[in-house]
Amino acid sequence: MGAIFRREVRAYFTSPIGYIFLAAFYAYAGIMFANNSLESGYTKLDSVFSTLLIIIIVLIPILTMRTISEEKRSRTDQCLLTAPVSLTSIVAGKFLAAFLIYLIAVAITGVFAVVVSAFGTPDWNVVIGNIVALALVGGAYIAIGIFCSSFTENQVVSAVICFIALIFVSFLSTIGNLIPFEWVTAVCEKVSFGERYYAFTYGLFDFSNVVFFLSAIAAFLFLTVRVLEKRRWG
Amino acid sequence: MIEVINLTKQYGDKKAVDNISFKADDGEVLGFLGPNGAGKSTTMNILTGYISCTDGKALIDGVDILEDPIKAKQKIGYLPELPPLYMDMTVKEYLYFVYDLKKCKLPKISHLKDICSLVRIEHVYNRIIKNLSKGYRQRVGLAQALIGNPKVLILDEPTVGLDPKQIIEIRTLIKKLGKNHTVILSSHILSEVQAVCDKIVVINEGKIVANDTEEHLSQKLSGEHKLSAQIEGDRDKILRTIQGIKGIDKVVCDAEHKNNVCDFRIEAKEGVDIRRELFKKVAENGWYILELKTSELSLEDIFLKLTMGEAVPALDNAAGGEEND
Repeated sequence: MGAIFRREVRAYFTSPIGYIFLAAFYAYAGIMFANNSLESGYTKLDSVFSTLLIIIIVLIPILTMRTISEEKRSRTDQCLLTAPVSLTSIVAGKFLAAFLIYLIAVAITGVFAVVVSAFGTPDWNVVIGNIVALALVGGAYIAIGIFCSSFTENQVVSAVICFIALIFVSFLSTIGNLIPFEWVTAVCEKVSFGERYYAFTYGLFDFSNVVFFLSAIAAFLFLTVRVLEKRRWG
Repeated sequence: MIEVINLTKQYGDKKAVDNISFKADDGEVLGFLGPNGAGKSTTMNILTGYISCTDGKALIDGVDILEDPIKAKQKIGYLPELPPLYMDMTVKEYLYFVYDLKKCKLPKISHLKDICSLVRIEHVYNRIIKNLSKGYRQRVGLAQALIGNPKVLILDEPTVGLDPKQIIEIRTLIKKLGKNHTVILSSHILSEVQAVCDKIVVINEGKIVANDTEEHLSQKLSGEHKLSAQIEGDRDKILRTIQGIKGIDKVVCDAEHKNNVCDFRIEAKEGVDIRRELFKKVAENGWYILELKTSELSLEDIFLKLTMGEAVPALDNAAGGEEND
């Protein structure tokens, strides 16, 4: 797992993807911070955090699109799958590498909090809660992205599938509202990633939401392992 | 060392590999020969655990690749048809990566140095793989397979796309490796298999059509009992005389040249050498043998005969080569 993790992290920075991802995230987050906090003199960062969900829906597919599809296309998966390592550690190594890059991006919000603290007193508990939430929802999205990448050899297809999937899981509650069955609406609201993330930005640190995101990460990584396994048996 | 038992791989209705069995012993170089699409790569991918089989078993040093894949994979170095190289890495970075990936315990720097000098890539060690020529990429792929000093080396068409000089170098290298490793080598280039391998498995449409040493294969399909002769003399008389020799199966005149010179194809019963008797009879009648040779088949002929589905009586013997070993 260590070898794969190191290679992946390195690959993000030998190709433009890592830089593009970080630059786009920093630019968007910076504009949102300037707009929602600095300009209006608002020391709570909740509105900044809630706007960040949109940019990660756009950027995470770019971060994860190549993880498995590129290996398949260039046949380097033969190197990984014939090495004495388990599929789980291959997938975990890839996940952790993407997650590390994502955390480097998310770290900028800590800087925002420090900047805000120069002008007033931010509620540190809420800020930390929000950073954790952003990390968790991003982790879950990365797991979904890697899962989408395991279906195809084409990076673009992988990114598009992932983008659609992320929009779907993020706005599930909105979609649920359109369905005239109450129980469907209720279920959609419960499994909507966006709804659970926004709960954090309201200042609620609900442990069940943490468990939800961690389970989502585990579930999609597990499914990725199964897809790779199935491909071997196909 | 490697044992394949009744291996089958099915893709939908098509059987890519159909119930094949073979064995490669310690320190043996086994050539896996077949036309494109015969199932060579599929078999190798199964042996290395890249894909699974539908039925049957593949044992690497006694370990079933499906039951304990990690342990089995530790014993294998694999060079697939297309070397699995990360184009954005330098040779050094790539080999370090594979070293870590295989959780190799040997001293890193000296082990990698040994491998690099063996496959002669020291001078491209710090170059990015993307910028290397096909020949060097192939060698880096081979170096990758050698990391960890695996007991078994599986090489899928290792000389494809190389220039003649490189081909000779790689072949020499494989021969050298064959002394310490069990090597399975696939190829559709016959001379390669002939030059390098101790044992040959010929596969066609997913089935093994022959499994033997090269010498045995040639002998089975031809040998001393089949002769071609050019004799000067009266054609019909010669035919009759030869027909009279004990042990003769068939004699045909293939061509007639000027000055009473004819080409004959003579087949005796298997195991009977009629060359001396033939010489005597011809001399007694005052004819002259201008040319006489046993019609040994080259590997090329054997290959074509086996894979074109031509009905060769000896073929059945060859296909059952395992029992004959």
